[in-house]
Amino acid sequence: MKSKNIATVNKSVCVSCGACLDACPMSAISTPDGCYAKVNEDLCVGCGKCSRICPTGCISIIKREEQQNEEN
Amino acid sequence: MKKTKKWYDYLWIWPIVYFSLGYFNILFAWLGMIDFIVPLIIAGCGGGKAFCNRYCGRGKLFAVIPKLFKKENKKVAPGWMYSNIFRYGFLIFFLTMFGSMVYQTYLVFAGSASLKTAVKLFWTFKVPWKRAYTVTSVPAWVTQFSYGFYSLMLTSTLIGLIVMALYRPRTWCTFCPMGTMTQGICKLKK
Ligand code: SF4
Ligand code: SF4
Ligand code: SF4
Repeated sequence: MKSKNIATVNKSVCVSCGACLDACPMSAISTPDGCYAKVNEDLCVGCGKCSRICPTGCISIIKREEQQNEEN
Repeated sequence: MKKTKKWYDYLWIWPIVYFSLGYFNILFAWLGMIDFIVPLIIAGCGGGKAFCNRYCGRGKLFAVIPKLFKKENKKVAPGWMYSNIFRYGFLIFFLTMFGSMVYQTYLVFAGSASLKTAVKLFWTFKVPWKRAYTVTSVPAWVTQFSYGFYSLMLTSTLIGLIVMALYRPRTWCTFCPMGTMTQGICKLKK
């Protein structure tokens, strides 16, 4: 079952340092093109560990539905 | 599901080894070129930010120290610290200082300046480091570069440790010149 919450990255602020990658227990984050961090929605459990370590504070934990609304 | 540790999770040991070696023999400072060249090669060859994300010992050290002392600062750095103006400004400043260090090396090579056996912290404070001048048979410019480069590495690590204590552990990474350069390369390639 998918979690209620999910992490989302503010791309315009992310410096692609990788601190969130290290912190994520699910290996749900990567920096695919080296420019920004990207969350794998299928793996993320919304625990917030990434958001608490990100030095620029650019990761928010939001409700999954909100994420889907944002994408549409 | 717990993540298994990879060999590169232990790379925080590298900066400690590096600074210890340079404490006893300044010529080891040249090894720091690895941290300069490898990230650029990886980013240039399409490897993205793999250096920052996996292999950077310094980034790992800043994450490990607060964990060790169980004192992770939760405070996010002020916005200007990770703004593009500051990041690119700091990169230009850093490269200028690198250039000036190379010029100093050239002056010693050309014989118009004498070798200075001191480490300069924060581009200002001279710390006597003659004890580490143990191999005197190499050309003076090789040693001069070692002192200059070691100063640069030590200064940037000290800045990193200060912002690590004041803000979130890896705050240095928000304006680290290597991080800015590699992200810049990735953005350009896109
Ligand atoms: S920790 Fe924050 S700034 Fe660093 S890569 Fe992750 S989202 Fe980006
Ligand atoms: S919220 Fe948790 S699982 Fe999701 S990306 Fe962040 S650290 Fe990983
Ligand atoms: S931003 Fe700098 S210190 Fe941080 S991981 Fe990358 S190269 Fe290392």
